[in-house]
Amino acid sequence: MSKLNREQMAARVARDIPEGAYVNLGIGLPTAVANFLPPNKEIFLQSENGLLGMGPAPAKGAEDPELINAGKLPVTLLAGGCYFHQADSFAMMRGGHLDICVLGAFQTSVYGDLANWHTGAPDAIPAVGGAMDLAIGAKQVFVMMELLTKSGESKLVERCTYPITGLRCVSRVYSDLAIVDLTPDGAIVVEMVDGLTLDELRSLTGVPLRPAPATRAGSPS
Amino acid sequence: MIDKTIGSCREAVADIFDGARIMIGGFGTAGMPDELIEALIEHGACGLTIVNNNAGNGDTGLAALLREGRVRKIICSFPRQVDSQHFDRLYRAGQIELELVPQGNLAARIQAAGAGLGAIFTPTGFGTQLAEGKETRSIDGRHYVLEYPISADFALIKAHKGDRWGNLVYNKTARNFGPIMATAAKCTIAQVGAVVPLGALDPESIVTPGIFVQRVVPSSGMHARAA
Repeated sequence: MSKLNREQMAARVARDIPEGAYVNLGIGLPTAVANFLPPNKEIFLQSENGLLGMGPAPAKGAEDPELINAGKLPVTLLAGGCYFHQADSFAMMRGGHLDICVLGAFQTSVYGDLANWHTGAPDAIPAVGGAMDLAIGAKQVFVMMELLTKSGESKLVERCTYPITGLRCVSRVYSDLAIVDLTPDGAIVVEMVDGLTLDELRSLTGVPLRPAPATRAGSPS
Repeated sequence: MIDKTIGSCREAVADIFDGARIMIGGFGTAGMPDELIEALIEHGACGLTIVNNNAGNGDTGLAALLREGRVRKIICSFPRQVDSQHFDRLYRAGQIELELVPQGNLAARIQAAGAGLGAIFTPTGFGTQLAEGKETRSIDGRHYVLEYPISADFALIKAHKGDRWGNLVYNKTARNFGPIMATAAKCTIAQVGAVVPLGALDPESIVTPGIFVQRVVPSSGMHARAA
């Protein structure tokens, strides 16, 4: 079985983003998806701090401290892009105008609950930013994460043990081992990496998984 | 003649009192009115409640205000960052109160205050720790949390250009919280890159109408560049 690396995961997510989609890429792993969006498709990237039509990082020396993304890194604006204030930015999310949001996660439940803002550790300083708004706002919320923790525990769980970001909000998980749709009736496996069987995936995650009518085994590239 | 411009940041913040609630614009350092904050530190007001997206970055601006021990409480969405060491120290020492608000709720609550609304029902945060103990309601099958407006005594914001009537335009993503904070404070003070003559700002492009702004201060550092 060959796990996808982070670039391959990002490329796989990018493949499912259609032309014309309004998309927010969360901080961390999802940011890399931008590198794999095909240049011949027009896709609108939104950044929560107030821009639509976000372009790539500027050339060295051309950074503008007043043109940054949600991760506070310098970015550029594409021709046709625009700026707006915070209330408009979050209206785009909460109001259901964003088509897709891609987020990282500590845990996702098979019913689509998301935990990604706080470890709950007593000495941790909590910070939430736009995570809760993104989770419940976008039409489709994709989670991009490695399926297992470093110690081998599944991050796809029956019930989240980390503090919740949003309830029943994740529609699909893109992981290094499989792509899983999350529905009110539980998880449906739509794609697995080469050499992985559904039973092996069930035993790795310990959660109930159903096959999609035509689950593809095969190397997603 | 109405002229809201004030010559110096120090004069502009002179009536900020101990215990005031102050909104400070900015997302990180983009849009943070650094000169107004420096003036506020020199002015000396303490026991402040600050509303900002973050809790200071590095050693300047809001971080410096925190470092100087002037802030009793902060209302923000994302305090913890790699360079939020001054907030981190105060928080761990129990020397500052934190009200953590999801960013969109922060924006909506500020906007509600500016628009004169009594409260809002927001779907953000439902079922989470940040909505514990709050009233909820189901409307058309969706769950909402009751949240109250956030207003302030003062708003300190940064804009690109302003005129003597207080009309403002912003620069790129430095706009962020400026336009909504301007509506929600009793006294909004804008640090602007340049003060331009009346009529120089395209009326179709004015982002903050002057009715929301009480004081306009030309920035000393930015002046040459923006003009």
